[in-house]
Amino acid sequence: MTDSVAIRSSDVKATAAPLTANKAVAGPRVNGRVVVMTLYLLFLMLPIYWLVIMSLKTNTEITSGLTLWPQNLTFDNYVTIFTDRSWYSGYINSLTYVLINTVLSIAFALPAAYAFSRYRFLGDKHLFFWLLTNRMAPPAVFALPFFNLYSAIGLFDTPWAVALAHCLFNVPLAVWILEGFMSGVPREIDETAAIDGYSFPRFFIKIFMPLIASGVGVAAFFCFMFSWVELLLARTLTTVNAKPIAATMTRTVSASGMDWGLLAAAGVLTIIPGALVIWFVRNYIAKGFALGRV
Amino acid sequence: MARITLDHLAHAYKPDPQTPQDYALKEINHVWSQGGAYALLGPSGCGKTTLLNIISGLVRPTRGRILFDDRDVTDLATEARNIAQVFQFPVVYDTMTVRENLAFPLKNRRVPKDRATKRVEEIAHLLDLTPVLSRKASNLTADMKQKISLGRGLVRPDVAAILFDEPLTVIDPHLKWQLRSTLKEIHRALDITMIYVTHDQTEALTFADKVVVMHDGAVVQTGTPEELFVRPAHTFVGHFIGSPGMNILPCRVEGAAAYLGKERVALQRGYLNLPKSERIELGIRPEFVRLQPRGAGLPVWIRRIDDIGRARIARVDLDGRTIAASVPENLSVSGDEASLHLDPRHIHIYADGHLVAGEPLEGRAA
Amino acid sequence: MTKTLNNKAWFLVLPVFLIVAFSAVLPLMTVVNYSVQDTFGNNQFFWNGVGWFQELLDPTTDLGGRFFDSLWRTLLFSAIILLIEVPLGILVALSMPREGWTVALSLVLMALPLLIPWNVVGTIWQVFARGDIGLLGWLVNHLGIDYNYTGDPLDAWITIVVMDVWHWTSLVALLCYAGLKSIPDAYYQAARIDGASRWAVFRTIQLPKMRRVLLIAVLLRFMDSFMIYTEPFVLTGGGPGNATTFLSIDLVKLALGQFDLGKAAAMSLVYNLIILAICWVFYTIMTNVDAKNERAEA
Repeated sequence: MTDSVAIRSSDVKATAAPLTANKAVAGPRVNGRVVVMTLYLLFLMLPIYWLVIMSLKTNTEITSGLTLWPQNLTFDNYVTIFTDRSWYSGYINSLTYVLINTVLSIAFALPAAYAFSRYRFLGDKHLFFWLLTNRMAPPAVFALPFFNLYSAIGLFDTPWAVALAHCLFNVPLAVWILEGFMSGVPREIDETAAIDGYSFPRFFIKIFMPLIASGVGVAAFFCFMFSWVELLLARTLTTVNAKPIAATMTRTVSASGMDWGLLAAAGVLTIIPGALVIWFVRNYIAKGFALGRV
Repeated sequence: MARITLDHLAHAYKPDPQTPQDYALKEINHVWSQGGAYALLGPSGCGKTTLLNIISGLVRPTRGRILFDDRDVTDLATEARNIAQVFQFPVVYDTMTVRENLAFPLKNRRVPKDRATKRVEEIAHLLDLTPVLSRKASNLTADMKQKISLGRGLVRPDVAAILFDEPLTVIDPHLKWQLRSTLKEIHRALDITMIYVTHDQTEALTFADKVVVMHDGAVVQTGTPEELFVRPAHTFVGHFIGSPGMNILPCRVEGAAAYLGKERVALQRGYLNLPKSERIELGIRPEFVRLQPRGAGLPVWIRRIDDIGRARIARVDLDGRTIAASVPENLSVSGDEASLHLDPRHIHIYADGHLVAGEPLEGRAA
Repeated sequence: MTKTLNNKAWFLVLPVFLIVAFSAVLPLMTVVNYSVQDTFGNNQFFWNGVGWFQELLDPTTDLGGRFFDSLWRTLLFSAIILLIEVPLGILVALSMPREGWTVALSLVLMALPLLIPWNVVGTIWQVFARGDIGLLGWLVNHLGIDYNYTGDPLDAWITIVVMDVWHWTSLVALLCYAGLKSIPDAYYQAARIDGASRWAVFRTIQLPKMRRVLLIAVLLRFMDSFMIYTEPFVLTGGGPGNATTFLSIDLVKLALGQFDLGKAAAMSLVYNLIILAICWVFYTIMTNVDAKNERAEA
């Protein structure tokens, strides 16, 4: 019966390509992949490169013609930002509300994430959906009501207003990232601790927290990032005292007689917090953006 | 259909191997004859999966050649080798039905549809997959999925050999023997070379006509299950195969006698040319060591007696050496003193782990 | 893992419930309140019923026409960027290096645009695409193509789309990469033994394993592009004319620019309902896929 299907040897003849690597390589020819990757990364890096070199140029050089790297290297733009209060206070304001928001989000999310990872309870599925919709809610819809709300309770133009407003999308995010990490911790640990006579708060802080430390780090990073990159709400809820750096930059853009070098330097400085910690979270980026669902 | 020849084959994962320790697979020469059922037996990390991947073409050997019949396939890609492989964890194409899974290798090789359909049905019948042909492969049990993996190899009529990489790992225990006997049936029905990698001696000994035992990157013995049992070529084989394994006792050999400490054991062969510097050991399987009441034989202390179902095995102490011995059915043991009888036909002498043949004793009474 | 039923867990969830309710429900109630009232200014409001909604959903009125224009514009934008970013993201994920230091490097470089404040993304492209001081604009103009994103609607659209591709394709790629990494080597080896072509490997192994992450990627990209505001606002300010006035930009203009509270509130609610509906569809599909996966694994 084995001969019932005769396949001519030419049917199955494949190219005798020598194997280049010991490990099975499961892709197309290496060259194609390298080309795609190189082009893509080049596409990503060029605009950032342009911003960085512009921040190191004088305005005369920027406007007088195209140069691929600074002819007269200058750090004046950065000096201006670090010495002019109207500039650097923007960074301080931004960092203030971002940090408040991160701490709030994590503090609120920790017990809730624990509940979701360990128990079923009335309405848990609906609560998940509701949290998801808040992550998806357009800030534009909330801009005006937030303006009214925080004016009414006297928090307008304080870092607290922005920090609380950003909780709208950051708390659900933190809940779901933490839940993902907590589900990875076996329940037996909870039970063993209870048998060993640990009270719940002591167990949570002494035993459970160290186990999910990396999860807390990842959640904190993403709360920080999403609060840092958001502008619409931050700008709507502040005027003078708590004005974020992002808003300071927009003012410069619309002003007549552009100070391109200064604008670029301010932009570069906003990229730095992300660039600094990116190395430590590189394996969790997909997880963070996908609400811990990957 | 092919004979597979491994010619001075060796493999190192490091780029520039110098010492033997750098080799995951030490030099091996071996011929797998057409239609044989082989098992590749050894503990994890002994190089058996490396060898399997070299045969299937997933790994290119550092040195040596691999021949299918007389064709050199060393540099040939997997898909050009007519090899089928069943992996440790079942690999099925989740989105396809069982029928589409089985037809997949034929479709890739552009076999005409009617012939492919016919072939798939034959193989499905052989593997008892006919009732589930139209179901999605992802919803089946692990043993069904393994059958599908196997089936994808079998549908190709030109397949030279089927390689199994510990295929029963995730199968429920009560289904293991069932799947294994299916394999035996298929081997008998199709006359295909099968190479079965496992670390389980029962699987190896029940499946294979010939077992290749590997240890530390090298083949230590190739033989029928009986040969491995009766005449282990290496202390590792003696120890690894059998339950409990062979007794390996350090000893001193003088002519036709071995000395276990002060006790003398007569041998049936002479060992005049034993290498001096090496470790000399006496090996004998517990099945050939008989416990008897105190009297003639080696005086021992009984440590404990285990009932392992088909026999009773005594652990005894001889001058500081622990020996496993079989307890005859009619023997009732009292006290902890006893004697051992060693069947001289089954005593082997090993130098540095390797069996030494010895010389027949001419003109002397044994 | 089977979870135990325990309604006391609600005490642990309560803080989150309260703060999110404070941030989401309270403002929405204000919006509902505004949406059914009209004002003559000076905080004098009177009942307007569903008047605003009727006007909003009637394309022949000023408000309705404006709303539907922005809505179609936003939907078109979402469709375009999904059509570009999803295939491109898959391609990049497939092209990721498999091992070595280049993996970490690629991950870090790819993630960088995701972590840049959205207005700075706008600023970067505002500068980069300018004909006089930007590399891209300068190059395109020197190739003999007349390109000016502040004057020509098509150029403005192209620039915004390219900017979004630059900003977010990495997210799709990283998600797909996470999906690809979970495929055991044995699948690729089996496919090689079965003689599968590169395309067949993609269709039968990689794509099915990426289905779940792709669903999440499409959801995230659709939602975020559907409410895009900051980047086009900085780049084009919604112009030239109204060519790039997306729903969010229009809404903010209406609410904070013109303080047309009733109209803005009605628009907010309809906008939110659309998002809610789409969210629900995705959530249902996702739960179904998850349930199916669990059944397959069991």
